[in-house]
Amino acid sequence: MKAKHQRLTLVLLAIGAVGGASLLALSALKDQAAFFYAPGDVKKDGLPIGRAVRLGGMVADHSIQRLADGVSMRFVVTDGVATVPVAYKGIAPDLFREKSGVVAEGSFNPDGSFTATNLLAKHDEKYMPPEIAGKMHETKTLQQ
Amino acid sequence: MPSLHILANPARFLKLARPLTPVLFWLGVGLIGIGVWGGLTQTPPDYLQGETVRILYIHVPTAWLGMGGWSGIAVSSLVFLVWRHPLAMIAARAIALPGAVFAGLCLATGSIWGRPTWGTWWQWDGRLTSMLLLFFVYLGFMALVRADDDRGGDGRIPALYGIAGSVLLPIIRYSVVWWNTLHQGQSIGLTKSTIDSSILWPLWFTLGGFTFFFAGIVLMRMRTILARTKAEARLRRMANVVEVTA
Repeated sequence: MKAKHQRLTLVLLAIGAVGGASLLALSALKDQAAFFYAPGDVKKDGLPIGRAVRLGGMVADHSIQRLADGVSMRFVVTDGVATVPVAYKGIAPDLFREKSGVVAEGSFNPDGSFTATNLLAKHDEKYMPPEIAGKMHETKTLQQ
Repeated sequence: MPSLHILANPARFLKLARPLTPVLFWLGVGLIGIGVWGGLTQTPPDYLQGETVRILYIHVPTAWLGMGGWSGIAVSSLVFLVWRHPLAMIAARAIALPGAVFAGLCLATGSIWGRPTWGTWWQWDGRLTSMLLLFFVYLGFMALVRADDDRGGDGRIPALYGIAGSVLLPIIRYSVVWWNTLHQGQSIGLTKSTIDSSILWPLWFTLGGFTFFFAGIVLMRMRTILARTKAEARLRRMANVVEVTA
């Protein structure tokens, strides 16, 4: 009986130690493990100019402009705190649209704008049929 | 724990596991069938993703069982280390392979889903990376169990590894909360879901179905391990008899 309790205590201590160690490691990773910068982070911490980074947020409503050459576009990324204008030349993913999430890979320019080399679409955790979503999003975007 | 003691007896366990295996297996297959039929033919497409959303009915159960499998290994390892129940380590060994397969399927279906929605097969974001780590941790556990067997170990080292590996589970679960990730946040909580009920319902069938299926496979593998141990013991006894009479 006694040996069993001793083993239980040892195992629980080991779990506590491993859990505590990983919590420490994770809190140290907190900033490094982020997948992208939000516009608000950039405003707070300064521009990481010249480095390859990712910028993530929502595409601002009515901000997508397609340029005359047919493959370039400009849009604005916002997180509600700050906004960043983005220039991109290339093919955007199907789910790239206004008022939806985007992660742009590229780098910041000294003037605070962002030049993207690749776009990823980010969607949220909501799933619903088009009829219910119809009031918020036009269903024609399904075919787009 | 009297309830665990009953199952710790392999003979009593086998008496229960033998009829239970096919019940779990076929119940699982049936529920998966209903869920897949519903998910492919009865539910509406998503407003944003269109038909692509249907891979959800496979992707979510594989993620659940990839993580649930390791929870099983961790609990079995704890029971084995503290109470020394021989069946607990057999359960952990039986869970390892199907758990790894489901974690691998989760990564594969996620990748197939990511290409049309996000525009990428793979990104090193918090959720994807921590799930890949869990897959490797499974492979490590299987290698460790085999190595421990080969050197005649008592299973204590793999059991410690099984407990240590469980730190990944909260990391995977909360990766989308702690860090900003490409993967979206949690859709299904204990009380509410952000998936509309018209899209959600087949998921319950595939979740339940894959879980029963998984349990059936695990029981099957536990019986196999027990039968092999018994056969080896008999061979060893026969070898002894031959030695004595020769």
